[in-house]
Order: sequence, then structure tokens, then C-alpha cells
Amino acid sequence: MAKVPVQFTLNGREKAEFVEGGTTLLHALRDKIGDTSPKGGCHQGTCGACSVIIDGELKLSCLTLAETCNGATITTTSGLAEAGVLHPLQRAFLDAFATQCGFCTPGMIMAAKVLLDHTPNPSRDDVVEALSGNICRCTGYEPIIQAVLTAARANSQNAA
Amino acid sequence: MAIRRGSGVAAINYPTGMNLGGDPTQALVHSTPTGNFMVTLSSVDLGQGLKQIMAQICAETIGVPTDRVIIDTADTDTGPHCMGTFASRGTHRAGNAVIQAAKEARQVMLEVAAEELEVNASDLETDGEGNILVKGAPQKSISIFDVALSAHFKRGRSISGRGMFLIPRSYPEKETGAMKPSTCYAHACTVAEVEVDDETGEVTVLTVKNVFEIGRALNPKMVEQQLVGGSWMGISHALYETTEPYYPNRDHGGTDFNQYLMPGPGDLAETEIIVLERPSADGPYGAKGPGEMCANPQIPAVANAIFDAVGVRIDTLPITPERILRALKAQAAS
Repeated sequence: MAKVPVQFTLNGREKAEFVEGGTTLLHALRDKIGDTSPKGGCHQGTCGACSVIIDGELKLSCLTLAETCNGATITTTSGLAEAGVLHPLQRAFLDAFATQCGFCTPGMIMAAKVLLDHTPNPSRDDVVEALSGNICRCTGYEPIIQAVLTAARANSQNAA
Repeated sequence: MAIRRGSGVAAINYPTGMNLGGDPTQALVHSTPTGNFMVTLSSVDLGQGLKQIMAQICAETIGVPTDRVIIDTADTDTGPHCMGTFASRGTHRAGNAVIQAAKEARQVMLEVAAEELEVNASDLETDGEGNILVKGAPQKSISIFDVALSAHFKRGRSISGRGMFLIPRSYPEKETGAMKPSTCYAHACTVAEVEVDDETGEVTVLTVKNVFEIGRALNPKMVEQQLVGGSWMGISHALYETTEPYYPNRDHGGTDFNQYLMPGPGDLAETEIIVLERPSADGPYGAKGPGEMCANPQIPAVANAIFDAVGVRIDTLPITPERILRALKAQAAS
């Protein structure tokens, strides 16, 4: 199959790749570009581990074709820390012991970031709803919910 | 037809490790030239935190800060022998092996320090911050960094140790069948409250209150993390998860997350965790194995709560709405 050129902005940097038609964004990110923060859990859109942010919206990179991302702005968890300082969500996940094996963590953080970008002061129900497409084997979710609420409070204090 | 409420209780004992052909784990410890300590294991960290716990155990035994210890979980081709990371055995078996190896390495470290300070090794102690001091005369001291340099470049010593922990196989007595399959048990008790819709068979777990007795909690935050996640997983086993829903008929098994039910963040019960610490006699610094134990008592507690709510005993997991409705139907017919 003919290769297709794809250009997009990943975590603030221009990226250009040739991909096979039909290549998923997940595959392009992990195996072509080398950003392994999105995880391939189920490859069919049911676990949320591959979640990334495309033009401000939460997307499953395993169900997104790379060739549809031309000109897009993509954020992954590996792009959140700035100058070695963790993003408040990453900090909150660490402090709340909200990660064990870590496989769901990048997807959880992506889902939480989109929530906080749109709803800076979410209720617990808002957080549960936002994370409902992501599954976790280890934590029982409660530490993750607490981490997101903590990050939201930290953000609103910084804004005040 | 109504929503009926019930509560149930269950208590368990859970063995640490296993009793097949004997249960050994080995560990090796050696210092780098700059006085960091390398622990080589074949045990694995799969997210439960084994590396952190082994670093704490090694650091505590040698007398250095935890960040001076490097854990290499190596691989099973090259590492010292370990039966594996299962049966809630990692902390207990590997921890004991690390203590033995670290004690031997500490002894060599003190011997080299004694030569440098021209005192007896038995007169030395560590301050836990990277220094070795003469007991009663702490102004006379040497850093572990300098001790390691001396051992490597001056005195030709290897600051290292070997550790082996083995629980031998226990055979049953022929007459009575009595045996000792485990030397160390963790314990737990759970009270669950549920609501059962006797029209749809749906179960909602309202609260789970757990008490876990896990020996000494070597890292209390990580223990809490394990127990909270385990309590949730226990409910999941009780009500949702199965690979073989019509066992022994193997058809209709879930093949993906569309078909294999796993509860999400919207399905949480109010959860309480209480930790009791009764240090074990043969565990590393009193630890037991809390790993799998913590996901067990919720299952019988939920089953008992369902019985309390609607009067049917379900003895097949998971306790699905279908199973409850069939049992209610059978109950009404009899």
C-alpha cells in the first residue's frame, strides 16, 4: 500500500512521517515517532489507555487513523511536564499513589486534563464521568479520582 | 417487587507463599566503588512496589539511606534463583533473602571501616545517613563512600553478601494428615452492605468495611494503595468478572473488554480500610504477604449480604443478576 505523508504538531514540536494507509495514530506515535506514553491496551477503543488530546478533544489513538491528523495539534502525557517540572496532574497522581502498574495512567491523565481544561472546578461526579472510558486493574479508581480532584484544587488556588 | 437491603460478614486467613517443592528465593548484594548498594534478584516488580520495598529492607539492614540502594530485578537467566513473584510471597521470601545478603555485606563494610579507623569492627555503628561511627566516639567516623573506595582500590575486598531464604516443603503426616503448609498467615475481615433489586436481580454494593492484619506495614502508603485496589477487585470478582460465564461450558467466554465485565469508576462502593499490624515471627522486619489476601474477603461478604437481603445462597461466581433471579424463582417454587 502506498505511504501517506502526515504532518502534525506533537507536544509543541512539528512532526512529519510517512505512514502506510490505515496506520493508527497509536502505532505512528509509538513505533514511528517514539512517543510510548500512549499505551496499546485493547486496540479496539474499550480501555482508554491510548487516549491522547487532538485539537483540544480527548481521542482514542488506537481508533484514529494517523492520516486524518494532518495539521492537528496533538498532546500526549509525555508532553505535559515543562522544563522538568511535572504537570499538576502528574504531581497529584504521584502524591495520591494513584498509579501501580502504570499502564492506564497516561490515558487517565489525558482524560483528566481534558476535563480540567473545560471544567476547572469539577464535582466528584464530573470526575467519575470523565474517567468512565478508562479502566484500571490495580487501584480501584478511588486514588485516581482523588488525584484529579486534588489537581483541580491546586489549579484553582494558583489561578486565584 | 422491591429493593432489598442486606449486610454480610466474612473473615479469612491467607497463607504467605506456597508449599509445593519447597519455596526458595535468593538475593545477592554488592557495593559499587562509590558506596551504593546493588541488590540482584529474580523477583519482579509488576506494579506492586517490590523494588521500593527491597530497597527499604536492604537500606535498613546495611544502615544507608534508601536512595543509596539500586534494585536490579535482572532476569531469570542471570539472576539468583527465585521461585517467582506470586502467592503473595515477594516481600516475605525475597525480603528475608535480602536481609541475609545485606547483613553479610554490612559485615565486610564494617571490617574495612575498622581497618581504616584502626578499631574493632564490633565497635562500629552506622548512622543511617551514609557514615560509620565509633560507638561512643562519633567524632571518629568514616563515610561509606570512602569505605567503598578503600575496599575497591586499597584493600582488595568485595563488600558483598549472599542471601538465601527457604521454606522447606511440608509433607502431611500419614496418620492424621496434619501439615504446616505455610509459616505465615495474613488475616482479614470484611462487612459488606448491599441492595438487591428482586425484580431485576441487580446488586449494588453500598459499603465495604475491611480490616486487614498484614504483619508490619513496611511502606504504609503502598500497603494502603494495595488494600484499596484489592478491596475493589474483590467486589469485581464477586459480581462482575469471569472468563467462563457458563463454566464448565467454555462457550460465551469474554474475548475483550466489551464482553469481559470490569467495573469502572462509576461502580465504586464506599470503602473503608483499617490496617492492623501484628509483626510476623519469620517475616522481614515483621512483614507478611498482603498482596492477594486483600481481594478475598469481599467475595463471601457480598454473597452473605445478598443472602441477608433476599434469602438466596449463590455459590457460583460471579453473582450475576441472572443467577439471583434463577435462585429467587427456585425459592418461590419450593
